Amino acid sequence: MLEPVNVSLASLNLATLAPMLIAIVGALSMLVIDLVKGGLHKSLYVMVSLLFLLLDLGALVDFGGVFLKNGTVLGFFDVMLMDGIAILSQIIIVAGSMLFIPLALTSKRFHEYNYPEYFSLFLFMIAGFQFMVATDNLILVFVGLETASLALYTLIALHNRRKSFEAAVKYFTMGALAAGFYAFGAMILYAISGSVEINQIATILAEDHYSNIGYVLIAVSFMIAAFGFKLSMVPFHTWTPDVYEGSSAALAGYMSIVPKIAGFVVAMRLFEFLVHSGVVWLQVILYIGVVVTMTAANIWALVQTDVKRMLAYSSISHAGFVMAAILIGTTQANTGLFLYWALFSFTNLGAFTMLWVNRQKNLLPGQSSDHPYEKFSGMVKTMPMAAIMMGLFMLSLAGIPPFGLFWGKIYMIGSAVSAGYTLLALIMALNSAIAGYYYLKLIVFMFMKEPMVGYEGYYLMNASLSLKTIIGVAAVGTIFAVFAVNPLLEVITLFVYNSGY
Amino acid sequence: MMDHILSLLIFFPALAAMLGFVVRQDSIRAYGIAVAGIEFFLSLWLWYAYDPMVSGMQFMEAAPLIPAFGINYLLGIDGISLFIIILSTFFTLIGIASLTETRRVKDMIITLLFLEMTMVGVFAALDAIVFYVFWELSLVPMLYIIGAWGGPLRIYASVKFFLYTFAGSLVMLVGMLFMAYFYYQATGTWSFSILEWYRLILPENFQIWLFVAFFLGFAIKVPMFPFHTWLPYAHGQAPTIGSVILAAILLKMGTYAFVRFSLPLFPDASVFFMFPIAIIAIIMIIYTAMVAYAQEDIKQVVAYSSISHMGVIILGTFALNVEGVSGSVFLMIAHGVVSGALFLLVGVIYDRRHTKLMSEFGGLASVMPRYATIFGIMMMASVGLPLTINFVGEFLSLLGFYKQSHMLTLTAGVAIIVGAIYMLSAYKKAFFGQVSKEENTKLKDLNKTELVGLVPLVIVAIWLGVYPKPVLEPINNSVESVIQLMHDKAQSAEAKERIPNLSESNGIISMQEAH
Repeated sequence: MLEPVNVSLASLNLATLAPMLIAIVGALSMLVIDLVKGGLHKSLYVMVSLLFLLLDLGALVDFGGVFLKNGTVLGFFDVMLMDGIAILSQIIIVAGSMLFIPLALTSKRFHEYNYPEYFSLFLFMIAGFQFMVATDNLILVFVGLETASLALYTLIALHNRRKSFEAAVKYFTMGALAAGFYAFGAMILYAISGSVEINQIATILAEDHYSNIGYVLIAVSFMIAAFGFKLSMVPFHTWTPDVYEGSSAALAGYMSIVPKIAGFVVAMRLFEFLVHSGVVWLQVILYIGVVVTMTAANIWALVQTDVKRMLAYSSISHAGFVMAAILIGTTQANTGLFLYWALFSFTNLGAFTMLWVNRQKNLLPGQSSDHPYEKFSGMVKTMPMAAIMMGLFMLSLAGIPPFGLFWGKIYMIGSAVSAGYTLLALIMALNSAIAGYYYLKLIVFMFMKEPMVGYEGYYLMNASLSLKTIIGVAAVGTIFAVFAVNPLLEVITLFVYNSGY
Repeated sequence: MMDHILSLLIFFPALAAMLGFVVRQDSIRAYGIAVAGIEFFLSLWLWYAYDPMVSGMQFMEAAPLIPAFGINYLLGIDGISLFIIILSTFFTLIGIASLTETRRVKDMIITLLFLEMTMVGVFAALDAIVFYVFWELSLVPMLYIIGAWGGPLRIYASVKFFLYTFAGSLVMLVGMLFMAYFYYQATGTWSFSILEWYRLILPENFQIWLFVAFFLGFAIKVPMFPFHTWLPYAHGQAPTIGSVILAAILLKMGTYAFVRFSLPLFPDASVFFMFPIAIIAIIMIIYTAMVAYAQEDIKQVVAYSSISHMGVIILGTFALNVEGVSGSVFLMIAHGVVSGALFLLVGVIYDRRHTKLMSEFGGLASVMPRYATIFGIMMMASVGLPLTINFVGEFLSLLGFYKQSHMLTLTAGVAIIVGAIYMLSAYKKAFFGQVSKEENTKLKDLNKTELVGLVPLVIVAIWLGVYPKPVLEPINNSVESVIQLMHDKAQSAEAKERIPNLSESNGIISMQEAH
């Protein structure tokens, strides 16, 4: 007969689960509301999600305070790991979600927002991402990853269009493949070390001086493929533009930010100890991956005719740029990663929201996609404010100072410089010049061409007050970023440094 | 108020531009002139309050921006930047006052005011990142001016202008980050302050690499041969006001940056690259003069002659002694006045005839005597006639370089004189002889608006040609401290020898005076 297991509740430290539980409770309560009284307006669900996300954020900020005082908090049989980067990335995830969820409040009706399930799936997804970053247990990472991804596939498909189904199925298939790679990688790591905890694996591998290096390399190859899919690194990026094109602009913008930061954090946990212990092969692969992702995605973006696809390629390129932080691996670089992503989320939020407000119900005859460049021609004459806003977001994405992303860019390039990666720093800088061209192309269309006939009715069609507010928030965040950079840097450095990265 | 005059000078036009969105289309010109006028008087007041005897920075302002990464909001001016700032406010005023553009005038004036902010910002910044911010930001209004109001190829020209300069300055940015990192290694704190960087002595091979990185950014802006290909397009397609500001101010950012960054930060590298750059400068002078001679479009003649004279500025800068550098800084002002005026003059005839081909003109002197007179004076100034503003700068630049190399200076001098041919021949084609075209007989001479823009430029061109001291003296004082700093920092024997030591020679002069 088995002994009864005795675990004191206090040792579980259930508080570490609180942020995720808040999101899950929020998701369930929305289902309950729907059971009790159906057919409620979407604005209710948006506000309920916002409230729960606010609670979630409050819990995280609280954890931030605890972390600064007492250091890393472990919980639930040491599976939960609330260290600095877990807290930081969760704050970015939750804050990013809070900025994106009001985009559901369009003035036109959209099919997907009539289902309360949409919002509860959204919160489940956030809980999934939070689990993914707040642990170094490979199994829990997997569980979090799959929870989030499955919810996300459904959200994409709910945007009732043929292209959306295509996108969802494509994403699902690719995601399943990535999950398979991940499972193989985790399996091999478990086989050679007997543990599924990344820090244990690191210790055990270091203790026997990487005698199983062959297996480590195979495991790492699988892991790189898995995260390559999730972070859309070239050559695993092929799904990205199609999925972005198929999903609504609001969700595409969301996908370009939140899932990726979760991916970065896991990649940071998994790859950094390998990079630091001098696994040269991994360094070379990462180096090539970073450079190819940045450059190739930029070159593909040059030839796109649709703004949304261009932004999809551009976000691949930005992800490659930030991936350099994991290769460089210094505290400064990791700080740069979070800074860059925080600034990037504001600018990209603005850019995708500008597309979202111009969303058409039906394509015009002869129009090949939702947001061709021509749609924006001469916008400065018809809608000067909107054109200036969009121009601002494009300049920020191109890295023109003093707008948001510039500061992230110089900090990242600065970290490459101080870690001795001179060539990488130059490649990063010159890629910004290539990228300048396609962002400029949109500005050229907006400011220097004559308006096209036929699109007038679609400008700002969905712009409700809350959408305009979001654009305003994004614009203020982009223009005045310079004043936010110093406090952000100080906080992020503190968190990252104290987590040992 | 004098404590924050530089911030005021930078942000006043930007703030005014924001408010300008509210002003109605039909009143915007008066608003623009008023704002630019106030800004110009502020800059004159700056000159009045400036102490010409002090060689260091004045009106310094400092505020932390991103102290965690060593980025601070640092402003300050010395004799080198003072006059370029006045030139910028002057040309913005003249540009707006003589604006003949009728399409979407409001957008144009708001853009010009934003451009004024970036121009003043570049020349007043003492922190490399603040400098970079304004440097890059200045591309955006100019992109819009060329792209929205330009000729048929305007989009190609504006995008080419933007991408060329953007690519070059990104390499410069990497150079700046390296500089800050070396400073971090030496002192333990990050800093982008140029004055702090001045104190840093780098090994020669580091200097050479960093010099190249900065050089790419600056040389594309100037533009130096072989990076000049964007400029003829930009000038050819830009509206008159765009060409005026581009030639008079934006190109000076490059030459100014050489004096502010390259020389004092990398004295050994400057000596190392002195002759290669001088040769490029001379190629620039001769080659663009030849190209100018072959042009049929009068605006292109002016554009290429403008590049040609930029070569003389570079030559003077890399003389690395007081005469040469002072001369080149003075020539920056002179070149701004003269080429700005020439572009304005070309704009006048373009407004009347809607063509810039010289074959369409001929005998204009009899139809438009005032126009021909002013064009003639400015053209003479451009070829460097004594008693005009360009002469002072060109003479000093060549004198400075004569101390470094006799042969190269002689080549350059001959090239400048020969270069006068194309200007004179262009003038002859357009203004002398019989009136060959029917349309030209009824052309109106300069009107009041145009005279308001041109007469002050003529006055400045002659006044500073006859009596350059009020401008030259403050420039000279500040340049002396730059050269002394370079001499003190130089490590190689050759650099010590090439860059004169002023504290000694000053002593000798004062002893002679005592006798």
